Amino acid sequence: MAIGSDTSVRFALDGRVVSVDVAEPTTTLLEYLREQAGRTGTKEGCAEGDCGACTVVLGELNGSGGIDYRAVNSCIRFLATIDGKELVTVESLQQGATLHPVQQAMVDCHGSQCGFCTPGFVMSLFALYQQQAQHPKEHQFGDQTASARTEVVDALSGNLCRCTGYRPIIDAGCRMSAYPTPARWSREDAQASSRVTTLASLQRETALTLPGFQAPRTLAAFAAAYQAAPDSLILAGGTDIGLWVTKHLRALPPILYIGEVAELQQLAVSDDSIEIGAAVSLTAAWAAIVEQIPQLAELARRFASPPVRNSGTLCGNLANGSPIGDAMPALIVLGADIELRRGDAVRWLPLEKFYLGYQKKDLQPGEFLTSVRIPKLAPGLIFESYKLSKRIDQDISAVCAAFAITLAGDTISSARIAFGGMAATPVRAPATEAALIGRPFTAATIATAAAKLADDYTPLSDMRASSGYRLQTAMNLLQRFHLQHSGSGTLLRTDEAQAAEAAL
Amino acid sequence: MKADPIGFDASAVGQSLRHESAHLHVSGQALYADDIGLPANTLHAAFGASRIAHGRIVKLDLRRVLSAPGVVAVALPGDIPGHNNYGGIVHDDPIFAEGLVQHVGQPLFAVAATSYRAARKAALLADIEYEELPAILDIRSALAAQSYVIPSQRLVCGEPAEKLAQSPLRLKGSVTIGGQDHFYLEGQIAIALPQEDGAMLIHCSTQHPTEIQHLVALALGRHSYDVTVQCRRMGGGFGGKESQPALLAAAAAILAVKTGRPVKLRLDRDADMIITGKRHDFVADYDVGYDGSGRILALAVMLASRCGYSADLSGPVNDRAICHLDNAYFIEHFEVLSHRCKTHTVSNTAFRGFGGPQGMMVIEAIIDDIARSLRLDPLDVRRLNFYGIGERDFTPYGQQVEDNVLPPIADQLETSSDYRARRLAIAEWNAANAIIKRGIALTPVKFGISFNATIFNQAGALLHVYRDGSVLLNHGGTEMGQGLFTKIAQIVAVEFGLPLAAIRVSATDTSKVPNTSATAASSGSDLNGKAAQAAAQTIRERLVALACAEYTVTPEQVRFADGEVQIGDQRLNFAELVEKAYLARISLSATGYYKTPKIYWDKNLLRGRPFFYFSYGAAVAEVAVDTLTGETSLLRVDILHDVGTSLNPAIDIGQIEGGFLQGAGWLTSEELSWNAKGELKTHAPSTYKIPTARDWPAQFKVALLEQEPNREDTIHRSKAVGEPPFMLAISVLHAIRDACAACGPVGALPDLPSPATPEAVLRAIAGVSGGHS
Repeated sequence: MAIGSDTSVRFALDGRVVSVDVAEPTTTLLEYLREQAGRTGTKEGCAEGDCGACTVVLGELNGSGGIDYRAVNSCIRFLATIDGKELVTVESLQQGATLHPVQQAMVDCHGSQCGFCTPGFVMSLFALYQQQAQHPKEHQFGDQTASARTEVVDALSGNLCRCTGYRPIIDAGCRMSAYPTPARWSREDAQASSRVTTLASLQRETALTLPGFQAPRTLAAFAAAYQAAPDSLILAGGTDIGLWVTKHLRALPPILYIGEVAELQQLAVSDDSIEIGAAVSLTAAWAAIVEQIPQLAELARRFASPPVRNSGTLCGNLANGSPIGDAMPALIVLGADIELRRGDAVRWLPLEKFYLGYQKKDLQPGEFLTSVRIPKLAPGLIFESYKLSKRIDQDISAVCAAFAITLAGDTISSARIAFGGMAATPVRAPATEAALIGRPFTAATIATAAAKLADDYTPLSDMRASSGYRLQTAMNLLQRFHLQHSGSGTLLRTDEAQAAEAAL
Repeated sequence: MKADPIGFDASAVGQSLRHESAHLHVSGQALYADDIGLPANTLHAAFGASRIAHGRIVKLDLRRVLSAPGVVAVALPGDIPGHNNYGGIVHDDPIFAEGLVQHVGQPLFAVAATSYRAARKAALLADIEYEELPAILDIRSALAAQSYVIPSQRLVCGEPAEKLAQSPLRLKGSVTIGGQDHFYLEGQIAIALPQEDGAMLIHCSTQHPTEIQHLVALALGRHSYDVTVQCRRMGGGFGGKESQPALLAAAAAILAVKTGRPVKLRLDRDADMIITGKRHDFVADYDVGYDGSGRILALAVMLASRCGYSADLSGPVNDRAICHLDNAYFIEHFEVLSHRCKTHTVSNTAFRGFGGPQGMMVIEAIIDDIARSLRLDPLDVRRLNFYGIGERDFTPYGQQVEDNVLPPIADQLETSSDYRARRLAIAEWNAANAIIKRGIALTPVKFGISFNATIFNQAGALLHVYRDGSVLLNHGGTEMGQGLFTKIAQIVAVEFGLPLAAIRVSATDTSKVPNTSATAASSGSDLNGKAAQAAAQTIRERLVALACAEYTVTPEQVRFADGEVQIGDQRLNFAELVEKAYLARISLSATGYYKTPKIYWDKNLLRGRPFFYFSYGAAVAEVAVDTLTGETSLLRVDILHDVGTSLNPAIDIGQIEGGFLQGAGWLTSEELSWNAKGELKTHAPSTYKIPTARDWPAQFKVALLEQEPNREDTIHRSKAVGEPPFMLAISVLHAIRDACAACGPVGALPDLPSPATPEAVLRAIAGVSGGHS
C-alpha cells in the first residue's frame, strides 16, 4: 500500500508499524491507548496536560540521521498527530521480566507508593535517559551532584506525585545511568538503524487526510486549504485545543494540522535575529532563544513543562493570544515581529500590534501566523523578564513582566515595558515608560515611574491573584529590575539564600 | 534475630523491602479500577449537577439528555429501589438531590451512555430551573447565622475562666486555616456489575469497602450478602476515598439495576474536585493567659470549621481537632467551643490528619504569638510548655500521656539541625539583606493513634495455606500506596519463616473479611497486622502440634526459618510440613481477629482514653522569602520522627517525606478559591497547585527515632505512620512567619493565614513593615 494515499494513521510501536483508522479526529492518543490498544499502563490524571500521569515518549527523525525522543502528554495529544512517529509507552520498556534501568532505579529507590503517577514519571525519566549524552556531562564548575539533580528536576517538572515527596524519584533519576546497559532501549538500541529505517518509511509524500482532519505538507497547500475553508481550526501542538475537547467537550470544526508543513518546521538564526516557524516546538524555540538571550533561561525553564513544551509551539502560544501567555511580554519589549499569510499574501506585523482586545487579534479570515522573528539583543540593552506564580514550576503566571531599557550615560534613553496578567491582552505600559525616558536610572525615578503602572493597568482579581497584588508586585518588579542593574549588589533571589545556607 | 517461645525468624520485619507492587507500578502492569477489563456491553455514566449553591428545583427536564447520542438511561431519585442516601453517620447525603440543592456540583441525576464522552456531554443537556435561595458560603457567615450541620461541642478542663482572669499576661487572636483538595492522582471511580439473583459486584477505588457494601445494599433495597465490593489498590486516597466513593458506587449500582448492564462511573478531574469533599478549613479565636516565661496558664478557644452542606465525617473530624488542640503542650485550664458550620458548599470530609492538623495549627499559632510578644525564641516557649514526664501529663480530654518521647526528640533535633547557630546566622543575614529574608522554626507533633470511636478499632484477616506451601492472605485494610500490603506480607512471612515471595496479599474483598473499618486514622498496619498475625499464628500452632505429634518433640523444638521447619533434628521444607498437615486432615485456613485494648471514649463528655498510644516527631524548616513578591523557598528541612520499631524503614520514610511535602503544599501553594456564587474556581491542576519536584528542598535530612519501641503491645512494637508526619510541615508555615516577622519591629505578630501564598506573605509583610499591601 502506497504511503500518501493512505487514510489511516501509521506509527511505529514496539518494533511494528501500527495502522489505525481514525473515525473521530479528536480521539486522543490516551483514549487510543487505553480504550482501543488495551495498553492501560498510561493513566489519565487530569486530561489537561498538567499532571503527567499520561506521559508517553515520541521518537521523531532528526536532521542528523537519528531519532529524537521527547516526552509528551498523551491525554491532550490527538492520535492523528503522531502519524510517522515512534510511540514508546511504559509497556514498551522492559524485556521479559528484566526492567529497564529507569524502571529498576525507581524500584530500588522506593520511587513508587500508590503507583498511579509512576508510569508517567518513568516515561519522563526515560526521555531524559535517551537525551543524556552517552557519558556523564563534564561539569567544569559547581557541584556535579547538584547539577545532575537539577537536570532531573527540570525533566520532572510536568509530573505530579501526591505520595512520595519526590525525593526517591529524584534519586532514581540521578542513579539510572549507573545501571548496566539494557538490551532493549539502550541509547544505542534507541538509535538502531532499523528504527530509523522504519520511521523513514513512514514519512509521507502527500497530506494525511482523515474525516475532519488534514495535515498539508507544504506551506502553499496549507495556505490554500485554509483560505478555501477559513472556518477550519488550525491545530499545532494542541496543548490548548486538546482541552477544548477533553474538558470543555466542544465539537471542533474541521482541523488543519500545521505540524507537518515542512517550511514551518524551520528555525533560523541570522546575524541580527532568530526566526521561528509555526511548527517549531517550544522546546526547540526556547533553546534557540536562550542561547542568544540568556536572560530568558528561567522563563524558558518555567514555561509550562517539558511534555507541554515538546508538543506546543511558540507561534501557537502567540497566536492563541492569552492574556497570561508567558512568551508575549518579553517578545513585545524585544520588538519581535510576526509573519502572517493569507493565500499567497504575506505581511509582517509587530507582535504588540497583533492583540486588539480580549481574544481579538489582527487576523483576516483565512490568514494565519507562520513565524516569529525575534531581534537579538542590541548592544547596551538592559533586559529582564520575571514571572510570578503560586508555584515555581508549571504554573500560569499571576504576573509576567518584561523590561528593556537603554542608558545614555546615566540617563534612560529608551524604555519598553510589557506585562502579562495585568490586562485583557499582553500590553505595554506607555505611562510608565514615559516616566522613565530622559530621566536618570535612580531609585527615585523608578519609584515615580512605578506609581504610573496604576495608570497603565487595571488588573482583575481571580483565583491566581488579586488586583492589588498584581499591581503591587508589578511595581516591585520594576524596583527589582533597577536593583539588579544599578550595581547595588543587593541579593535578590531566594536561591542566593540557598547558597548561603548550604555554605553554613 | 528475634525469637518468641515457638521460635521464628524476624528478619523480614524491620527491613527496607520494596513495595510489593513496585515492579508492577513501574511497568504499567498494576491494575487500578479503570484498568479492569469489562464486558463489551458496559455503559459509562456521568452525573448531572446543580449549577447553583442553594435553591429549589422548579423544573428538571431530561428529554434532551435522553435523546443525546449514545444515551441508554438516566437515573433520578425515583429510580432508587431503596434509600436515597450515602451518608454514613447522619443520613443527610442524597445520592441524587431531590427538590433542594445545597451546593454547586451536587448530583441531581446520572446518565448512562455507550461511551465516557457521550455520557459527559449528555449530562450537560438537562433543562433545569431553580428558585435560588440565599447561600452561606464561609465560616464567619455561618457563625453569624448560627448555621450548623450538627450540634456544637464544648470541652472544659480545669477552671479556664478563673485562671484566664488571674493570668499576668493575656493575648487574644485569630487563626485562619485553609482547606485542601486530596488530589489523589487516580480520580474517584466505581464499577457496578450485575450478578445473578439480584446480587451486585462493585469494583471501587475506596478506603472503606464495607461501608460501600452497606450503603449500596441500602440504596438497592437488598441485603449486604447481595453486594460484594473489591479493591486491589487505589491511586492515592489520603482520606478522600473514605466516605466519598459510596456516592459513585451507589449511582453506578442504581444504573446497573435499571439497565441490567455493567456501569462504570469515573469522575473526570474537574468533576472530582467540584463534587467530592475536601479538608475542612477552620477559623479559631483564642484567648490565652500566660506568664513572663511563656508558660500557658489557661486557654479558651472558639473553633469553627466549614463542614459544607451535610454532616459526612465532620463530627469525628472536629472531635479530633479538639483532641489535638493541645498538640505537645500541657494546658491545665482549657476550654474549647467547637462549631461545625453548615455552608452551601461541598461537604468536607476526611483528609490525612482528620482535623488533627487544624487543631495543632491553632496551638502552634498561639505559642508563636506568645513567644514573639515576649521576644523569646519560639522554640524555648514550645519546650517550656511540653508535656512533662510523670507530671503535667494529662490531656484536656483526660488521657494521661504515658509514652512522651518529645524531650529527647527535641534535644536530638535541635543539635543535629544546628538550630541555635543557624538562628544566629539567619539574624545576621536578615540584618544585612533588605530584600531576601530568611526564617526558621522547629515544631513538634504528638498525634493520637486509634479511631476516636472505640468500635472501629477492630480488624479481621483470612489466611489460606495451599499444599505447595504458598500463603494467601486477605485482610480488611486497603492499599492506597502506603505500603500496607507489603507490611502485612512481612508480618505473615515472619510467622512462617518464609521469604516474602511465598506470601500473596489479595484484593480487599467484603466477601472474604466482613464488617471491616475504614483504612484510616493511620490504623491500617496496627489493626490488620495484628489480625493477620493472629491468623498466621493459628495455622502455625496447628502445624507445630502436628510436628510435635509426628516427631515426638516439644513445641520449643519446632522453628520456622528460611523457608524450612526445624523439628528437633529434622528439617522439612515448609511445603512438606503443609502437605503432611493436609494428609492428616488439618485445616490450613484460619481467620484472625484483633481489637485494640485499653481504649474507651465518652463522645458526649469528650473524655476518656481515645488513643492506644501517641506518635511523635519534630521538624526544623528554614525558608527564604522574597519581600518584593512574597515568593518563598524551602531551603532546608531536618526531621526526626518516631515510628517505634519500624516494620519497614523505607516505607516509613516514604510516608514521612510524602506526608511532609503534602503538608507543606497545604500550608503554602494549595489554595482553594470559591467565587461569590459558591463556584470552586480551582478545580484542576492548572489552577490548584500541589507541590512539584522543584519544591522538595535540596537539603533534607530525615531520621527515625532509634531504640524507642512502642511502649504498648502493637504489632512488633511499631507505630502508625500514615498521618503524623503530615503535621511536621507546620514548621514550614512558622519558618515563613519567622521571615515575615523579620521585616517588622521586634515583637511584631505577622498576620499570616494558611495557605501562605505569595500574596498572603506579601500582605503579612506589609502588615508588620507598614508597607503597601
